[in-house]
Amino acid sequence: MLTTALLVTVMVNGESVQRFVEPRLSLADFLRRDLGLTGTHLGCEMGACGACLVSLNGSAVHSCLMLAVQADGLSVDTIEGLAESGFISDLQTAFHERNAMQCGFCTSGMLIAARECLAHGGVPSREEIRDALSGNYCRCTGYQSIVDAIETVAIARAEKEVGGPV
Amino acid sequence: MSNASDIPFAKTTKYIGAALPRATAKRFLFGRGRYTDDIEVPRMLSAAFLRCPYAHARILAIDTTNARKFPGVHSILTGVDLARICRPWVGTLTHFAGMKSAPQLPLAMEKAVWSGHPIAIVIAETRAQAEDALEAIQVEFVELPAVVDALDGLNEHSALINEAAGDNLIYATQIEAGTIAQAFEDAEIVEADFIFGRHTAVTMEPRSILANFDPSTGRLDVHQSTQTPYQFQDVYARHFNLSEANVRVVAPDVGGSFGMKLHVYHEDMAVVGASIISGRPVKFTADRMESFASDIHARDHRVRARLAVSSEGILRGFDVDDVTGVGPFSTYPRTSVVEGNQVVRLIGAAYRVTDYRAALRVVAQNKNQMSQYRAVGHPVAFAVTEYLVDLAARKVGLDPFEIRRRNYLTQDMYPHTTATGYQIERLSLEICLEKLHEVMDYAAIVAEQERLRRTGVYRGIGIATYVEITNPSPAFYGVGGGHVSAQDGCILKVTQSGEIQCMISVTEQGQGTEAIIAQIVAEAVGTDIATVRVFTGDTDMTPAGGAAWACRGAGVGGETALQAGKKLKKRIVEVAGAILHCPAHHLTLVDGRIVDAQQHTRMTLRELAHLSYFRSDLLPAGRPAELTVAHHHGPSGFPFAFTNGIHGSLVEVDVETGIVKILKHWVVEDCGTVINPLLVEEQIRGGVVQGLGAALFEECRYSASGQLLNGSMADYLVPMACEMPDIEVYHVETPTRDTELGAKGCGEAGTAASSAAALNAVNNALSVFGASITQIPMTPERILRAIGAVG
Repeated sequence: MLTTALLVTVMVNGESVQRFVEPRLSLADFLRRDLGLTGTHLGCEMGACGACLVSLNGSAVHSCLMLAVQADGLSVDTIEGLAESGFISDLQTAFHERNAMQCGFCTSGMLIAARECLAHGGVPSREEIRDALSGNYCRCTGYQSIVDAIETVAIARAEKEVGGPV
Repeated sequence: MSNASDIPFAKTTKYIGAALPRATAKRFLFGRGRYTDDIEVPRMLSAAFLRCPYAHARILAIDTTNARKFPGVHSILTGVDLARICRPWVGTLTHFAGMKSAPQLPLAMEKAVWSGHPIAIVIAETRAQAEDALEAIQVEFVELPAVVDALDGLNEHSALINEAAGDNLIYATQIEAGTIAQAFEDAEIVEADFIFGRHTAVTMEPRSILANFDPSTGRLDVHQSTQTPYQFQDVYARHFNLSEANVRVVAPDVGGSFGMKLHVYHEDMAVVGASIISGRPVKFTADRMESFASDIHARDHRVRARLAVSSEGILRGFDVDDVTGVGPFSTYPRTSVVEGNQVVRLIGAAYRVTDYRAALRVVAQNKNQMSQYRAVGHPVAFAVTEYLVDLAARKVGLDPFEIRRRNYLTQDMYPHTTATGYQIERLSLEICLEKLHEVMDYAAIVAEQERLRRTGVYRGIGIATYVEITNPSPAFYGVGGGHVSAQDGCILKVTQSGEIQCMISVTEQGQGTEAIIAQIVAEAVGTDIATVRVFTGDTDMTPAGGAAWACRGAGVGGETALQAGKKLKKRIVEVAGAILHCPAHHLTLVDGRIVDAQQHTRMTLRELAHLSYFRSDLLPAGRPAELTVAHHHGPSGFPFAFTNGIHGSLVEVDVETGIVKILKHWVVEDCGTVINPLLVEEQIRGGVVQGLGAALFEECRYSASGQLLNGSMADYLVPMACEMPDIEVYHVETPTRDTELGAKGCGEAGTAASSAAALNAVNNALSVFGASITQIPMTPERILRAIGAVG
């Protein structure tokens, strides 16, 4: 077993960080433990629940299924970075107003999935939003409020796009 | 009665009844939640557990010699190490007469009694290092015959889990009311055998605990993902012989709980013990496999029930037998018999039935422990009741709505005592029934169902009534000797700038407790809600209280906050009166301003606080401004505040695949005064989905030898967004008169009857095939078997 720590350089939330990591360290544990970015959560550690989603070079990936060493040279955005950048402020507002979270444990992953679902523009149907969330478990809300919040943002963005109805 | 005049607040208040978002939830949207596993402290060690691979085994020897040499390992403890410092716990309560359960210690001693039972704890610098060392611990086991099926456990020749008890029967009880034989004589009789599978909470955040014992002072500081910190303060102090005042338990953000995180678990006790022995902070966070193998499971009932009905559709009597398997011992400190007890007492509670017989047997088995999870007993009781009521309707040729209309308790019958002895203040069953009929557009969906049936599409419509136990008094646990508080305490203090800090013993797991408490305090004090901050979940900070269980946050915690707020308002107005030389009864507080009878603002709360704290010399001599109040409230009057409501479910059954699609779900609920409709509706929706999961997907499956077969999120099916319907929620408000606030609980109402509604809906769809199903989850395989499509 390769146990010698390896040096990795990862762009995390727009800042370059360098750390020595054990080869077996997951990206999720690296973010949480080594960098203190605890907004990324671990719900199943097998890629089923979606609580650990982060954005890797712009795509949502399960940070529990990836090793930190695999992220060497890549760019990772976590919920902290996305939130502080203002990129998802409309989603955050809609989630808050619609109470689209209860315990909050799935929320980081939900926002990252929601961001990806709406990345290509247009207004997905409720069915499509539900499909897009099928890799994200939520045990508290029953999902409807989350679907509502994402739909609200999709409509608002589309209206803004076309300078639509006032 | 459900008219506006009965609602003390809804028409006149600013905050109570308002659909306000949760101010404190914003941190989750920024990744700034703080769950137990997020917390790191200096010199912290991580724990991992060696668990028994067998369902039932004798432990002959444990050798940790090699494991101790692994890198990063601090120490390895086994049962005997922890037995020296931990008093055993026994999950019995005296009001369940005759119940027996084996004493438990943090780690298995001579015998392990379920597959997953912790045997040794490794503490190391990292979790990964602790896990590495687990593999080098050598245990000599002798596998014993396992009791897997609860019915088998009752056999005379069954293996014994607790030899000292002499059998595997943990508890048995009988209820007899009226004359059951007479009720069944000359009656139409419907009957069924039901199987309710085991499922589990699957909180998104697994259980997690960080225990930090300081040997220099004897101080124990525990951060734990729990809903009941005061209960654990008591447990740790008593079982580890510590001063209770020196034990602090903090529940930081809790990623879902649903009743699962209020039980005592072996791992938690072992972690506390390991911290005491090592003098180091020790953290343990369950991985998901450990969650499935050790978080309490729920349900696991076999019910045989009969209902007698007259030819006019009048229900005459219930006859019920419930056998429930609860794992190897009864859970501490609330026992594993409450669920079964509620099953046999809640059946038929909504109906005018006086003849009733039920028997309950609670049986030990070599599976993970079973105990209270959201809606304790209710889903089983109402699936049995409502299935039989539908069956009776069919037998006598009545519509499901009509048979309920003819048999519900009605407004002229309250207060009412059920055949099983529950005292009910007032329900709104008939109002909810008619409301559901209207919002489902029942006639239209029945017509659509018939039309589609001719095209080979099989839809089903099901309804299910619930009554729910909320606002529990000490009748639940306290009277049986349980150290479980049914009261709550609240401290309110005015800050130096005139804002309000509220420290209250009810706790937050996402349901919005802090939000509703802020609404109530702002209302009661008469101040701007933006200036009210609520703190929960820290035994050092708030008074002791029940925290979160059995739907008590709004009803009991809310009343505590209301009365504390009124007390503080009175105090503020007295101080203002002294400063302004004006009789206090001429003054009141509105939006943080002290106003007189002419509604003129005389001073602000900010000014009053400034004077009180910085210029106390200006106050009348001997009259310091005591701008801190405390108030405690415990339920009085009825032992429980029963709520009620009804669910409707519309499903489509694919008779080729056996897959059920839930198209729509409706709930009409009555939780008394609604403090925040946005939060009530989301509690209902989340609860409904947990019940639908149980109805269709969720099941902890065991092999014949007692191995859990599906302990992962890929194998255990949690409802996903794409499988769940939109859920419409409607309110009827029948406030309890036991409190001024009038609020009852709502957190379990969604789960209480959604599985029953789905069961009735699927059976309604299957009725054209002359088929029925009485087992949940209703998996595709079971549905295909029911209609005879597979053998």
